[in-house]
Amino acid sequence: MRYLPLTKNDREEMLSTIGVNNIDELFSNIAEKANINPKINLPNHKTEMEVEKHLSLLSDKNLHADNSSFFIGGGSYKHHIPASVDHIIQRSEFLTSYTPYQPEISQGTLQYLYEFQTQVSLLTGMDISNASMYDGSTATAEAVSMAKRITKRNGVILSNTIHPHYADVIKTVSGIKDNELVYNRKFSIDIDHLFNEVNDNTACVVVQNPDFFGSCYDLSSLAEFVQSKGALLIVVVTEVLSLGMLKSPGAMGADIVACEGQSLGNPMNFGGPYVGLLSTKNKYLRQIPGRIVGESEDVDGKKGFVLTLSAREQHIRREKATSNICTNSGLCSLAFTIHLTLLGEKGFKNLSRLNHESALNLKEKILKIPEVKLLNKSFFNEFTIELPIKGEIFINRMAEKRVLAGIPVSRLINNNKELDNCIVVASTETNTDDDMNSFIEAAKEVLR
Amino acid sequence: MKNSNKGLNHDEPILFDIGGMDKSGVDLNEPTFKENFIGECFEDREIGLPGLSEPESIRHYVRLSRKNYSIDAGLYPLGSCTMKHNPRLNEKLARLKGFSEVHPLQPLSTCQGALELIDEISVWLKELTGMKAVTMTPKAGAQGELCGMLAIKKAIESRNECHRTKVLVPDSAHGTNPATAAFLGFDVVTIKSDKNGRLNFDDFKQNVDKKFAAAMITNPNTCGLFEDDIIEISNYIHDAGGYLYCDGANFNALVGKVRPGDLGIDAMHINLHKTFSTPHGGGGPGSGPVVFSDLLKDFCPAPLLKKDEEYYYLVENLNDKDIDKSFGRLCVFHGQMGMFVRALSYMMSHGSDGLRQVSEDAVLNANYIKSSLEDVLTPAYEGYCMHEVLFNDDFLSGTGVETIDFAKALIDKGYHPMTIYFPLVVHGALLVEPTETESKNSIDQFIETIRELASKTQDGEEFFKKAPIYTPIRRLDETKAARNPVLRWQKNDVIAAE
Amino acid sequence: MAEIYFTKEHEWIKVEDNVGVVGITAYASEQLGDIVFVELPEEGIIAEIGKDIAVVESVKAASEVYSPVSGTIIKSNEDLNSTPEIVNEDPVGKGWFYEIKISNNDELSGLMSEEEYQKHIGD
Repeated sequence: MRYLPLTKNDREEMLSTIGVNNIDELFSNIAEKANINPKINLPNHKTEMEVEKHLSLLSDKNLHADNSSFFIGGGSYKHHIPASVDHIIQRSEFLTSYTPYQPEISQGTLQYLYEFQTQVSLLTGMDISNASMYDGSTATAEAVSMAKRITKRNGVILSNTIHPHYADVIKTVSGIKDNELVYNRKFSIDIDHLFNEVNDNTACVVVQNPDFFGSCYDLSSLAEFVQSKGALLIVVVTEVLSLGMLKSPGAMGADIVACEGQSLGNPMNFGGPYVGLLSTKNKYLRQIPGRIVGESEDVDGKKGFVLTLSAREQHIRREKATSNICTNSGLCSLAFTIHLTLLGEKGFKNLSRLNHESALNLKEKILKIPEVKLLNKSFFNEFTIELPIKGEIFINRMAEKRVLAGIPVSRLINNNKELDNCIVVASTETNTDDDMNSFIEAAKEVLR
Repeated sequence: MKNSNKGLNHDEPILFDIGGMDKSGVDLNEPTFKENFIGECFEDREIGLPGLSEPESIRHYVRLSRKNYSIDAGLYPLGSCTMKHNPRLNEKLARLKGFSEVHPLQPLSTCQGALELIDEISVWLKELTGMKAVTMTPKAGAQGELCGMLAIKKAIESRNECHRTKVLVPDSAHGTNPATAAFLGFDVVTIKSDKNGRLNFDDFKQNVDKKFAAAMITNPNTCGLFEDDIIEISNYIHDAGGYLYCDGANFNALVGKVRPGDLGIDAMHINLHKTFSTPHGGGGPGSGPVVFSDLLKDFCPAPLLKKDEEYYYLVENLNDKDIDKSFGRLCVFHGQMGMFVRALSYMMSHGSDGLRQVSEDAVLNANYIKSSLEDVLTPAYEGYCMHEVLFNDDFLSGTGVETIDFAKALIDKGYHPMTIYFPLVVHGALLVEPTETESKNSIDQFIETIRELASKTQDGEEFFKKAPIYTPIRRLDETKAARNPVLRWQKNDVIAAE
Repeated sequence: MAEIYFTKEHEWIKVEDNVGVVGITAYASEQLGDIVFVELPEEGIIAEIGKDIAVVESVKAASEVYSPVSGTIIKSNEDLNSTPEIVNEDPVGKGWFYEIKISNNDELSGLMSEEEYQKHIGD
């Protein structure tokens, strides 16, 4: 077998050194009590060629962004990834290395993470960031747990328009009881509602910007109000490219920022692996979960990097850890930082603009279709339209014409009839005029 | 900048010292900069992101990469981590567009192949473990533990037995176990290990009372030993109305050979990046699917993957009637699809016969190391081990050399050190797991090196205290890093330096 | 005249006129290694005997500090914020953690004397 180096001779020699006759003697204590060598109902080994054939057939069954006209966003985005990114992350020393617990032989990983932490802080406009989390949704849940620890309060208020999955994750993972959570799903942020709900037991208010429906808001006055009540404002960003044209969450007064970083360096991959970003203010440093890299010096006075503030983490604090998280998103954070380095300031801001202009372009074309309404007063690269038919039916019929036209809101919010005819449509720098014309032609037919 | 390079070892400044605001390695069309529809929060700000051209970027990251050890370059004897070879077929197949360019919220009719793959890997995991149900969603092992314990918590709630708040965890457990239980509001009680490195069953029984909710056990345990009483323990737990969670980090010792389902466990997380060869990537991404017994299968998190004749569909919304007992949702979308492709490619390549060979070779390699080193190192426990062997620091007593120094000296000999100071039940622990993808030559060379170093400890501690000396950087001051944390580059650094 | 008492969890308390000064022992600070951070209670906080009141972090460990007595926190040692290493250098002197107004003097009888504590760590 191609991944197993031991030969029959090797095994015999080694068994002899150990002093046993066959391998099952090493499992004898188990055999006394339990079943060893059970009958397993799975196929035997296959050649590379056979495995490749099998998985290629599965792959070929799927429509994807490169063989369709593609307009889906909602927390995962299609962007162009430069060829260098995938090439670099496949270098042995990045792909197959372990967590940098031995810093003397992991300076490559530690240095890029230090650079990554800096880039994330600059993007979010915050003081410090960690070395990444699993994804935006778990980063948000960790931010909520952080806010509860910092304020020593339990109440959590979720804005109406955060990604519905994110809301479910927060509820499941942040240990919030039903009576401690405020959350109603509808289209627009009801700012007054948010202001009214904040009280002395509120640990945090969580707002997504741009929100699930694509709309953008200035959160400065909300931040001030929330903080005046002793609570924290958590801002969630699912499309990091928006940070090239919007005020940073830090500038708007956020206390903690949780982002999905997938847009840079990482393909959509049917939902994972992604990369969560978590940033906060200096004063909350000791409450930040996950891995974090810091500067140091070696015995010769040479500058280097180490994992630091580990005393907060589970392998030391055990019961009192700030979180139970163990891994960061390693290779995905590397892909993120390489892509951002290749872009640079000008490239990032231009890419951001191109996304916005693409969405503006699509919006203009879509609004020419009769009976289609745009619901947003603002957006970055995705927006919500209301159709004369059910969103789910529209999307399925468009898919038959190889146009992946967006997300029917009813897929994620199935108990609000007002939104059943709405879809969320994204348009990025990858969408050409041809793509958009395909969308329009197909839509006209579907709506006839 | 001063040149401190040595041969092929290049020093590489940080990005912020070499990048430029006006540099880029990406060509983009020029935006029109006309109107914008952003509204009140539009801002054209200076972010401060340095860029590099493509040649400079490649050089920067290649030079960084060359400062890293990796499994491709050498053995990692890291106990509990299962650093096995990462097959390149996995990487090729994960990049097929029908997996990588698919959006998680595409209409289900357009991604049946992706859903079928998730179903296939689910079948493999259930069959290999002998368990009834599986959720693929947890994003890493630690999240898998959270998943298992959330299911247990929900099960207790659904029986209206919320007075059950006690979770028993062995003192040898990995830190994530008590962290997870405490995080969920359970009272964690630590159970001692006995002198044979196994859970003390009597101490365990004494702590099981009306408040007992669950036990979290690792099997084989973190000392590399099979918990021989596991079936009795599981029966005892179930008779007391509780649940058994198994930390599956050490599944490499059992895969294809012993089924956790036959041992009476109720939930177990599996680390795809350990047992099933997905790459460690310098710290992630991982994937931690969880298998469940009949007692817990109803409480699986969203989404559920179901099949209606030949059509796959997802039950995603928590208010759907098919999912009303679920404890909730662990992450946005459906889980680490990229890792499923890699793991399935590995599983199919090995097949059930090959996977049995994996656990046999893993156990063989570890015992060969134990037999070859037990005269110079001090094994913590007698008898055969499983896929990893645990030593204590008795062999160092009187030398002045501590476990950490021995580990750093191993670096100078071209190896990543073994796991040290874990598990906590043994003083100055050294935990060695070779895995099955090391050749006999490789293992013999490792044994030879350890023997040489062990012998050298008798000559005095200086050599060890100074180690490592051959690495691009030597021992770093971790105290300084924690007392005065500098966690990012700041513009002021430049101004202060001038 | 100040009296000094010790706890099983390696805290010390110097008591004079109903006011206690609390810190961790030399043994504890040695076990922890280089102290990197101390999280101290705020003025006015009510402390309960045996319940955690502060946290001391080193590079490799973090430990709860349990209050030897019940009472109200008068003030904490601000110096530890900038120079936590004082706890390693002078754990029973300049490395004090906080001052507390003792609410129940009877609790002191449950604590150990210096002699008893030395025996305790000797075991």
